[in-house]
Amino acid sequence: MNVETGFQLTGVTIDFPVYSADSRSLKNDLLRKSTGGRIARNTESRVSVRALEDVNLTFGRGDRVGLIGANGSGKTTLLRVFAGVYQPTLGRVWRRGRVSPLFDWSLGIDPGATGYENIMMRGKFLGLTPAEVRERAGEIAAFTELGDYLAMPVYTYSAGMKLRLALAVGTCIEPEILLMDEWIGLGDAAFVEKAERRVDEFVNRAGILVLASHNPALLERNCTTGVLLDAGRVRAFGPISEVLREYGEMNH
Amino acid sequence: MPVANTDARSVASSDGAAETSGNIAFTPPSPPSQAALAFQDIIGGACAFRLWGMLGWQDIRLRYRRSTFGPFWLTMSMGGLVGGLGVLYAELFKVDVADYLPFIAAGFVLWGLLSDLISEGCTVFIDAEGIIKQVNLPLSVHVYHMAWRNFIIFAHNAIVFIAVAVLFSIQPGWAGLLFLPGLALLCLNGVWIGLLLGLVSARFRDVPQIVGSVMRIAFFLTPIIWKPELVPDRAYLLDLNPFFHFMELVRAPALGQTPGLVSWLAVLGITLGGWLVTLLMYRLYRWRIAYWI
Repeated sequence: MNVETGFQLTGVTIDFPVYSADSRSLKNDLLRKSTGGRIARNTESRVSVRALEDVNLTFGRGDRVGLIGANGSGKTTLLRVFAGVYQPTLGRVWRRGRVSPLFDWSLGIDPGATGYENIMMRGKFLGLTPAEVRERAGEIAAFTELGDYLAMPVYTYSAGMKLRLALAVGTCIEPEILLMDEWIGLGDAAFVEKAERRVDEFVNRAGILVLASHNPALLERNCTTGVLLDAGRVRAFGPISEVLREYGEMNH
Repeated sequence: MPVANTDARSVASSDGAAETSGNIAFTPPSPPSQAALAFQDIIGGACAFRLWGMLGWQDIRLRYRRSTFGPFWLTMSMGGLVGGLGVLYAELFKVDVADYLPFIAAGFVLWGLLSDLISEGCTVFIDAEGIIKQVNLPLSVHVYHMAWRNFIIFAHNAIVFIAVAVLFSIQPGWAGLLFLPGLALLCLNGVWIGLLLGLVSARFRDVPQIVGSVMRIAFFLTPIIWKPELVPDRAYLLDLNPFFHFMELVRAPALGQTPGLVSWLAVLGITLGGWLVTLLMYRLYRWRIAYWI
């Protein structure tokens, strides 16, 4: 079987050690909350937060995945596992394909540098050579619609303008796996539509989209598969409409 | 053929059981060992020279953006320091300025590199938190970036030494070329120091403070302002000071002297030992860095 792009998580558990918390101040009966991971104590009585627990997921080409869950349910941590930032405490992650993480538009964005300089910098962070960035600079510039602003320092930009810049570069690297955390909704209506079109084109080229959001409408529009996280566990997994229904029921 | 078959998925009941998508006729290969991953990280980071090469320059450019002299402010402030202290201490120690000024110039320029590599090595991963938590880059990229930035600063400061050397017509001769392997060894050590101190400091936040105090004391214990000849019994005050050997290896050739064999052996020993310890620690704890920062 020829697997070109995809990832597989097997029994993935992520525990964050918490060094600043006073372990004595935490009650022995472990708190099980609806928001946030489980707070636990290991054998050396060190406090840790279990951000993900026994997650098993497999995605392949053309999958559009929506991650939903309450604050602190592990969406961002899961995205970071997909991105290869965290090697799990337990379990295994297998991944193949160029990842474009779009969690935070400020990555490699230097406010003192101009838009063009930032395109170059972010492109290099995402693994392009200078020649490749130059080749695509025109396309990136056109997508941002920022025009002459690209020659201005980025501190003169609004949040939405920075977002345009980041998204343009992030999707221009021809990623195979696009990981997004919520912020697509930050742009103005016209740009959101344009961004969604771009994401569509991307997924149609047989990429994988993973989008974390609290916004059911956004997920319904952009995803086909849903993952509902609850306190670090996968509570539901399947067609997006059913997962969203489950999410709705959970909140009532 | 796609890895996952959407049709075969089902929504699980709400008991929280873990799900896997339907029929996967695929077993991923077993992951590489931690040692292989650590090795790949260090080599892969070095290969990403385009990235850290640019980031190093970018740091310097941004720091001096809109200033008239740009990074040559580094040169000028180093020049002022060396000129001022050089004349003062030559007077205090009652030594010849022509002999003392090149010595203190070489010492300050080199100590700047050495101490910045060590103190900035402590915060190398802590400062890169935003990048580390987003992109799966080799972590060593941040160490190369830090080392390269300090090398650029060193190159600007070195102009002061060259000016002083020309002024007092210091001719290092062929021995002068020995500064190249010395400097290369210093940089090689800068990388392991950054990897090791960065890793330990990410976990134990007291380490940067401890290192800061040690470096402050080391500045006075190492012959930078004072000449090593002033120590009557060199054995323990100088030979046990690792910083002295690093200084000697680069400074002596620049001043036209040959560094002692002891210094060569000491630095080679520190390089090997340091890399060995670093590789062992990096193999064990590299993957924890993202959790600690």
